[in-house]
Amino acid sequence: MSIISLIIKREFFAKVRNKSFIVMTFLSPLLFVGIAVFVGYLSSMEADVKRVAIHDETGLFVNEFMAQNTEDNAYKYFDFSQIDNQFLKDSITNNGYEGILVIPKTTDVTELENKIEFISNASPSISFIENAQDIIAKKLTKINLENAHLDTLAIKKAQASVNINIAKTSGEQGLKGLNEAKIAIGGAFGYLIMMFIIIYGNMVMRSVIEEKTNRIVEIIISSVKPFQLMIGKIIGTSLAGILQFTIWVIIGLSLLFAASVFFGVNVGPAASLPPTIMENTPTEFAGTAQLFIKELWNLPIASILIGFVVYFIGGYFLYSSFYAAIGAAVDNQTDSQQFLLPVIMPLMLSVYVGFFSVVNDPNSTIAVTFSMIPLTSPIVMLMRIPFGVPLWQIAVSIALLFGTFLLVVWFAAKIYRVGILMYGKKPSWKELYRWLKY
Amino acid sequence: MNTLLEVNKVVKQYGNYVALNEVSLSVPQGSIYGLLGPNGAGKTSLIRIINQITMPDSGQIILDGEKLQPKHVQYIGYLPEERGLYQSMKVGEQCLYLAQMKGLSKAEAKKQLEYWFDRLGIQGWWNKKIQELSKGMAQKIQFVVCVLHKPKLLIFDEPFSGFDPVNANVIKDEILALRDEGATIIFSTHRMESVEELCDHIALIHKSNKLIEGKLEDVKRQHKTNSFEVGVLTDNVEGLMFDITQKFTVNPAHFKSLNKELKLEIQIGNSLPNELLHLLTQRGQVTHFVEKIPSVNDIFIQTVTK
Repeated sequence: MSIISLIIKREFFAKVRNKSFIVMTFLSPLLFVGIAVFVGYLSSMEADVKRVAIHDETGLFVNEFMAQNTEDNAYKYFDFSQIDNQFLKDSITNNGYEGILVIPKTTDVTELENKIEFISNASPSISFIENAQDIIAKKLTKINLENAHLDTLAIKKAQASVNINIAKTSGEQGLKGLNEAKIAIGGAFGYLIMMFIIIYGNMVMRSVIEEKTNRIVEIIISSVKPFQLMIGKIIGTSLAGILQFTIWVIIGLSLLFAASVFFGVNVGPAASLPPTIMENTPTEFAGTAQLFIKELWNLPIASILIGFVVYFIGGYFLYSSFYAAIGAAVDNQTDSQQFLLPVIMPLMLSVYVGFFSVVNDPNSTIAVTFSMIPLTSPIVMLMRIPFGVPLWQIAVSIALLFGTFLLVVWFAAKIYRVGILMYGKKPSWKELYRWLKY
Repeated sequence: MNTLLEVNKVVKQYGNYVALNEVSLSVPQGSIYGLLGPNGAGKTSLIRIINQITMPDSGQIILDGEKLQPKHVQYIGYLPEERGLYQSMKVGEQCLYLAQMKGLSKAEAKKQLEYWFDRLGIQGWWNKKIQELSKGMAQKIQFVVCVLHKPKLLIFDEPFSGFDPVNANVIKDEILALRDEGATIIFSTHRMESVEELCDHIALIHKSNKLIEGKLEDVKRQHKTNSFEVGVLTDNVEGLMFDITQKFTVNPAHFKSLNKELKLEIQIGNSLPNELLHLLTQRGQVTHFVEKIPSVNDIFIQTVTK
């Protein structure tokens, strides 16, 4: 058995047999599903109906509000126009009402624009106020139109609503909601890579620090090259990580499925469908859903999956080399903080670039540039792939990523080689640079 | 006697700091070779180079007639001064892993482990984790790991530190047995009494330079000062003293004896011991007459503080 595979095996089993690994592997999905079910349960709970008193002295608006009193509405309106305003103010909040909407009597209705008050003890929600304003504004507009002797029906008829259909040059019909699905898929994979790099990169670092602090490293590198030890460690840890993620996915999905069946909670994909689709009429909805699913299948699934694997390997190895070098340079985890910041920064940056730039325009200069830079490409390029990326860009980006990986491993191995035998002092950046020349 | 390890003008620099300055050594086959020197002298740097943990900047190392190369790690067993094992790994598993790294097959490693565990009386430890063992017990495991693959060259850095006297003796006997079976042993330590007891060759490194090397007896011979400790029973102390101080340098001496004699340390320079003895017997009864041979400790301190 070759030495590297021996090291990989040891690292893998050392991680997998660790109690905290086992606990985390089986507890995390439970926690995750627990939270998902809890959130689902909360949102499916009937919200308390809030009661609002309407004191409309004009008598023009009260009916518009009363018309809102359907079962679904979270607010229920009560007409208190006949009761004295002052009396209402004093008593109504004590009687379980959210507040009073006071519409005063004015000589000219147009004066109302700034005279309406909502009186309550607690601050009302913004959406409630916007809704109330909307109702009153619509009614006021209507009154104004009528006062100007304009035909409201004709105006309503003349109002146009535009909906641009998206199509590709190939002639296929597109679906606007699909962009959200592309963002979700790209984002999920990008996020997954970031999580994996941070969690398992840290594991590599901890394992290097452990070997260094318990001094076994000197025995080991009297038998193997530090480079072999480093690579074996990175691969072994990544295998443990892949195993953990696989278990998480399997447990998570089955638990989620079991939970949704058991509680009847809507945690499946239907919950995340764009609301516009839900509002459509049933037949229309079925048609849209069909188109949606068809479009999903038309996504470059193969390139997404291959891209995920390739960028995952490249990105994880690149960052793990940094983590291994940092672990070798320091004596304990506390000292590692100053070196970790520059490693975490590009990861955060790529997620932000992904969510702000790629989502806005997958082919913008920023998106393209960051999908080429090796430190950010694993995440940014993965987010771009569902939208379709020219092959040459992917080729250049992968070549750059792996080229940089080789370069970084070479540097990291140098720092690692010197670092693992240095005890007792916290190195500075200057010192790390000097180690490169030993 | 053949030379197993030849270190030839090895230079090692860390930045501007010279850790080894053209150090040359030759370690004879089958010897126990004491590598001595104060802290920071460069011993560990040299040991790491021999173990191929670091590379020399210049100079070369010949092991068993060949230039040092990666395959040689199998021929070397190394017990570093800073001991350590994987704390949460089981003893047996860990020994197998480390032995396989030295090129043993799993079956061979297991066979050797059983032999050594039996020999050191630690059969019951196979499934224990290192963190359950005491420090001394873990040291024993480490010793086993070091010798398991029957290396031609063993390098022990402070092998007795951490052992109680009983176990230190066990390890000392094992080291001697390994030497008798043909292994060559490099032995780095600060404990001069164990050097005196075990080593047949020594080298002293100080401030990155080798200052002394050779057979222990030869080194001692070179460092002796031609002094004798004498004890004389005499009635005429003044007369005796007068006679001696005419010819030799005299200092008071301190050694234990049952008589109340005059105790002196006398440097005879180029004269023969018999001249001194003759002089003494004329004046009184000689009860003690011993040549003062420098201990390794004396040589060490003398050389380092010079």
